[in-house]
Amino acid sequence: MNKQTEIKSNVVILFAGDSGDGIQLTGTQFSTTTALYGNDISTFPNFPAEIRAPQGTIAGVSGFQLHFGSQRIYTAGDAADVLVVMNAAALKANLKQLKDGGIIIANTDGFDAKNLKLANYPEGVHPLKNGSLDKYKTVEIDVSKITRAALADSGLGTKEMDRSKNMFVLGYIYWMYNRSIENSITFINEQFKKRPELIDANIKVLKAGYNYGETVEAPMQRFEVKPAPVEHGTYRSIMGNQAAAIGLVAAAEKAGLTLFCGTYPITPASDILHELSKHKNFGVKTFQAEDEIAAITSTIGASFGGALGITTSSGPGIALKTEAIGLALMLELPLVIVNVQRGGPSTGLPTKTEQADLMQALYGRNGEAPVPVIAAYSPSDCFYAAYEACRIALEFMTPVFFLSDGYIANGSEPWKFPASADLADINVSFAKNELKEGEKYLPYKRNEKLSRPWAIPGTKGLEHRVGGIEKENETGNISYDPENHEFMVKIRQAKVDKIADYIPLQTIDNGNNKGKLLVLGWGSTYGSIKTAVKEAIDEGYDVAHAHVKYLNPFPKNLGEIIGNYDKVLIPEINNGQLIKVIRDKYFVDAKGLNKIQGLPFSAAEIKNKIIESLTN
Amino acid sequence: METNTIEPKLTGKDFVTDQEVRWCPGCGDYSIIKQVQTVMPELNIPREQIVFISGIGCSSRFPYYMETFGMHSIHGRATAIASGLKATRPELSVWIVTGDGDSLSIGGNHLIHLLRRNFDVNVLLFNNEIYGLTKGQYSPASPYGSVTKSTPMGSIDFPFNPLALCLGANSTFVARSMDRDPIHLREILKRANGHKGTSMVEIYQNCNVFNDGAFEVFTEKGTKKINTLMVEHGKPLVFGEKSEKGIMLDGFKPVVVNVADVSANDLWIHDEKDQVKAGILVRFFNKPSDENALPRPFGVFYTEDRFCYEDAMSAQLVEAVSKKGKGNLDTLLKGNNTWTI
Repeated sequence: MNKQTEIKSNVVILFAGDSGDGIQLTGTQFSTTTALYGNDISTFPNFPAEIRAPQGTIAGVSGFQLHFGSQRIYTAGDAADVLVVMNAAALKANLKQLKDGGIIIANTDGFDAKNLKLANYPEGVHPLKNGSLDKYKTVEIDVSKITRAALADSGLGTKEMDRSKNMFVLGYIYWMYNRSIENSITFINEQFKKRPELIDANIKVLKAGYNYGETVEAPMQRFEVKPAPVEHGTYRSIMGNQAAAIGLVAAAEKAGLTLFCGTYPITPASDILHELSKHKNFGVKTFQAEDEIAAITSTIGASFGGALGITTSSGPGIALKTEAIGLALMLELPLVIVNVQRGGPSTGLPTKTEQADLMQALYGRNGEAPVPVIAAYSPSDCFYAAYEACRIALEFMTPVFFLSDGYIANGSEPWKFPASADLADINVSFAKNELKEGEKYLPYKRNEKLSRPWAIPGTKGLEHRVGGIEKENETGNISYDPENHEFMVKIRQAKVDKIADYIPLQTIDNGNNKGKLLVLGWGSTYGSIKTAVKEAIDEGYDVAHAHVKYLNPFPKNLGEIIGNYDKVLIPEINNGQLIKVIRDKYFVDAKGLNKIQGLPFSAAEIKNKIIESLTN
Repeated sequence: METNTIEPKLTGKDFVTDQEVRWCPGCGDYSIIKQVQTVMPELNIPREQIVFISGIGCSSRFPYYMETFGMHSIHGRATAIASGLKATRPELSVWIVTGDGDSLSIGGNHLIHLLRRNFDVNVLLFNNEIYGLTKGQYSPASPYGSVTKSTPMGSIDFPFNPLALCLGANSTFVARSMDRDPIHLREILKRANGHKGTSMVEIYQNCNVFNDGAFEVFTEKGTKKINTLMVEHGKPLVFGEKSEKGIMLDGFKPVVVNVADVSANDLWIHDEKDQVKAGILVRFFNKPSDENALPRPFGVFYTEDRFCYEDAMSAQLVEAVSKKGKGNLDTLLKGNNTWTI
């Protein structure tokens, strides 16, 4: 039969099915194997908000998008080349994501009358049979039937047999892309150590899927995606939340401090708590508090005692922490506040991504309350951004915001991880009693960074009181003196501004240093902007890309960079927040590109806007 | 704590700061801070190991006047701040100073969770049944019908019974004292310090500006003896001018009897370890004017030995190291699955 192999430079596969179909597992297995093979890769899972939405319904569809290639990959892909659907609802929910001419792999068992009805197809309409998919290539496989047949002798019940369906699909996709199944066999052996009968069953079905491609008498395409020309070195796969957690542990280790994380479960930040709680052998103390307020205030207590205090949350939880952030700022204690942003306001879209908490981070407190803000731009950058947030918090004795979002928190990519020795030093020293006879300790006496000393309980002779009431300069005693208040407000601002002297200058990610258009981004839009700008430059457009990681204070040269371009375009997954700050600070007539759908930008959306900006 | 680290011996004055005390003249807080400062040197804890943490309210100014480490935090959160401090620094002696508004209203949630977790800290709850700092609104401890600035027609909030609430939250040390009885208060403070676990001490404190005399029947000569019951472990529950009255249990129902009419064995003998009886004792909560009112008890009502959160937390870290070895950062960075290009 016709089994040609076609070479592709990059492929996007979208796995979709019921939340009970093992879609996330199938996706991550294929990702790991593909990364091991040497492709560059980026993934994005798309979970339903409900834990167990009714089976077969659109609300219950779980997705996993994977973009891999023989070239550098920066996003999980705009549209899918291949859509794998385990049931009718999965098809209905995701068909619009498939490119024209794309491949649909459909589990026909998921398209019976009941499933069609649950997916809200009108009576008598069968998408696989009515010609509606003619512009795609459809491969229909009765996965359930073949899986059950493969396991007929296993002694397993139908329900248990059906749980292996995802392994069939995985095996088949491995065949399609010419990948070894060995990595997944190792995984299955490890995963089901305690249930050997499931090891055999899953491996059998995995092989059945692979062999189905090999032997079935039907025209089927195979593809080859060669390894990518990525930097030499040793890599691992990393998700954003995992990277953030490891970054925090690394910072505590390098600073020689106990890491205390006071937190309260919230989507999509909880995975940071889960990851941290696995690392108790690093002395990590995780405290699941009774609410968001106790989460941050317990952390302030830990910071007062000399720990590296971390609190993790998402927008609604950050709103509850607001007053305590002001306290940490007044006490001038180090504290890292992690906000893994999600769609808002209020409960909003818990499982969807958004960048709409930038204003909250910059300004969301009573009084004049400046807090440094750092945003990660990719899953692996969550490591470096979290680490940097800790460094600034500790060296400047201040609360610091670390912003991530649902897209990079749950997305994954290969990471050429650093050696611990290569990480920047974090300089921390607790205050020592060096007072002369009769001399009073001054808890708010500042150093050249305008940072105050960290005198922790247990230090004899340095007993002192701190509090949220305005304090007298140097002594820290309560003061309602008008001039003193103004002075203290200004010096707290000056301290945050001073951080600009201790962070890297802004760089141009891609494009010329001067030109017609600068695309200025922050956070998780990096991959889409990177891809769009690269394509536009390749097509001859005069455009450059700069991505701001330090959002407060800005790098000292940001204004100068912005001034080097005729136009500035600021794409954001919000209704326009960074743009307000940039316009305010640099008086530049920047234009926004805004998407507020709980979804990341596609590269095409940004590229179209670039072309539009340059041709108008 | 080891006593040999202290030299020379500290006195109460060593715990007084240079800050001017700003409570209203005549406030019950003056007596309380005096007793705390008097007791501190007797605890043999190095001054630098002591931390006072407060929330917001009149009583929460307390840390500024104590020559120890201290934090005057935000409304209701002292309990949560102390939890994080104790979790990371179990060796410190941590004292929480709070009021009835701070701990029972805005901070009610943190209080109950502190108690069930049983961090080894001491809570001094200054109860004056009023909001003083905000100038005279009713609190969750104000009696039903209280006429205050915010309740001109009388409060329609049914009040908390603070210690019943604490016992319900599985507090491991529940006690009550008062500003006007320095000897009793000092004794209770020492007991609180000696208890391993969260020590909950409710202190009746007179706000002479906004709620003057709220507890005077319990605190003033003349009425004190007939309206209060001073409990001591192993001793019968007796009260009255000449200890002529006693409490007997009729099933689970406490009744007042004349000591002369019953045999000594029939009286309720106080047992601090008895949670059921402590539950009855903290519900001696009548107004003295009520018919058949029971006297208001003072003393240590309940103590229990239960593991403290910070110890369990530290034990898990030790266990994790013994199982997995001390964490290695490079191993963590590397993860379980790598590939080389």
